Amino acid sequence: MENRDYKGYLYLVPAVLFLGIFLVYPLFDVFVYSFEEGYNFASQTYRGFGWYNFRYVLRDPYFLQALKNTLFLVFITVPLSTGLALLLSVALCSIPKVRELFQTIFFLPYVTNTLAVGLVFMILFQKTPYSDGLMNLLLSVFGIAPIDFIGGPYAAKLFVLSFYTIWIVLPFKILILTSALTSVDEGLYRAARIDGTPPGRIFFRITLPMIRPMIFYLIITGFIGAFKAYSDAVAIFGVNLNAAGMNTIVGYVYDMLYGDSGGYPSYASAAAILLFAIVLTITTVNLLVRNRGRN
Amino acid sequence: MADTGRDNMEYTGAPSVKERAVKILTMLLLVLWALVVLFPFYWMILTSVKGYGAYNAEYIPKFFTLHPTGENYAEAFSAVPLARYFLNTIVFTLVTTGAMLIVITFAAFAFARLRFPGRDLIFVAFLALMMIPNELVVITNFVTITNLGLRNSFTGLILPSVTSVFYIYLLKENFEQVPDNLYYAAKVDGTSDLKYLFKVLCPICRPTLVTVTILKVIECWNSYVWPRLITDDPRYFLVSNGIQEIRENGFGRENIPAMMAAVVVISLPLLVLFLIFRRKIMEGVARGGLKG
Repeated sequence: MENRDYKGYLYLVPAVLFLGIFLVYPLFDVFVYSFEEGYNFASQTYRGFGWYNFRYVLRDPYFLQALKNTLFLVFITVPLSTGLALLLSVALCSIPKVRELFQTIFFLPYVTNTLAVGLVFMILFQKTPYSDGLMNLLLSVFGIAPIDFIGGPYAAKLFVLSFYTIWIVLPFKILILTSALTSVDEGLYRAARIDGTPPGRIFFRITLPMIRPMIFYLIITGFIGAFKAYSDAVAIFGVNLNAAGMNTIVGYVYDMLYGDSGGYPSYASAAAILLFAIVLTITTVNLLVRNRGRN
Repeated sequence: MADTGRDNMEYTGAPSVKERAVKILTMLLLVLWALVVLFPFYWMILTSVKGYGAYNAEYIPKFFTLHPTGENYAEAFSAVPLARYFLNTIVFTLVTTGAMLIVITFAAFAFARLRFPGRDLIFVAFLALMMIPNELVVITNFVTITNLGLRNSFTGLILPSVTSVFYIYLLKENFEQVPDNLYYAAKVDGTSDLKYLFKVLCPICRPTLVTVTILKVIECWNSYVWPRLITDDPRYFLVSNGIQEIRENGFGRENIPAMMAAVVVISLPLLVLFLIFRRKIMEGVARGGLKG
């Protein structure tokens, strides 16, 4: 009997081992790195402890550019994708006959390889000496001169990245919202109809309040996800994001760690910690807003 | 809004002009977004069957081709080691998913069925780990794997991703739904814990195991960041890194049709998997899968 009591630990050994080595230890280690000044990756030595890494990162123009890009991306894609997902979900639920088909189609971007399909977007938007590309063909119908979306003006590049990001994140949001919408109690709608409530009022007074928790969930996870943007940018602009001027904070972290500009785990750690300080702040603000709205 | 437009019909008889207009607009919106979603897929397939010369001669892109060719697919497999990337990804996906299933099944079983001191406390600690973002720990993991000399090896690729707290949680919840009686009956029969786990619990909880497997396979197939950090030898590239390599160095930059053929080949397995397990995947994702 005594023996059996401890057998449970045996089953946990693999999980604890892996989590300990690759999740818990690194979490502490990243803070240690971020304060080790002048860390040398080859000799694994450092000069001393202090805030230097954070000061360096905050003054690095590449980081500031990455911060700017990420903030733009977050504040463009989160509201737009959530709004669009809501619109499409309501539309889906209003025509039950075609719901299954469209839901399947809308979900496709979720099961695609971000890097691979990003190349398709690059081709659609790219302007090369040989061709203006499909997007510019479309724009020319409206009389707009060709724009190089991949290597051209900042706003154009930001547009492509935001568009691709929304394309990628929408399936998850639509899925969550449609299941939230279908779980709203039918009785509420029936009662409202008997009272002769106009459709707009029903939407704002019944539907929206009922699915509000899910919308907030999507906004919060949307913020977190958008702040961590990286692969989407690589998919469209290539590995050297600094050269394209389209780096993101996560991209900055990886560039500091590895590659031609790499070998600085201390700077990478400081940048990663800064990122999560921002994410934590925004998540907290979101939660506070939600709780205030509730009371 | 539109939702109520339909339902009103039951009460007011024939649909009014306004209701019909709303319905048409709704349909239009759905079709429009469906086109936005599908078009990139159409374009990649179309481009992949256009001849190299034909493609580059199109200053204005054509929306169809009368002379589809398979040469780009041959090129994709011969000019770059696409088959190798493919094989690597399959090995990586199978081993990672398999190892993870074993690790999480044991952990979930311990939490759901066994009794030992501190069990609930340890479980809460596990749940707390879910909040740790991957981006924070990847730096040290990179250093750890480098110091162990495991860069450019499957071991280095696989090790950090064989555990998932979320899947342990999901499986534990499911294990707990299995009636206690079954466990005690098995005990009376002298069945060992291990045998009970694999002969009774796992078969009963197969749907959850399948969901977890599919989600993990999707994650593995699309993983990019960790493989990029840990491999710089093309012999160990996965498809995501492979396609990036192809983009930067392969084929010569202008051979877009061959590039698109590679993209089609890489995208196909997951799309097929999705069409087969559509319901399971969507249900699994709704239960807590998150991209990125």
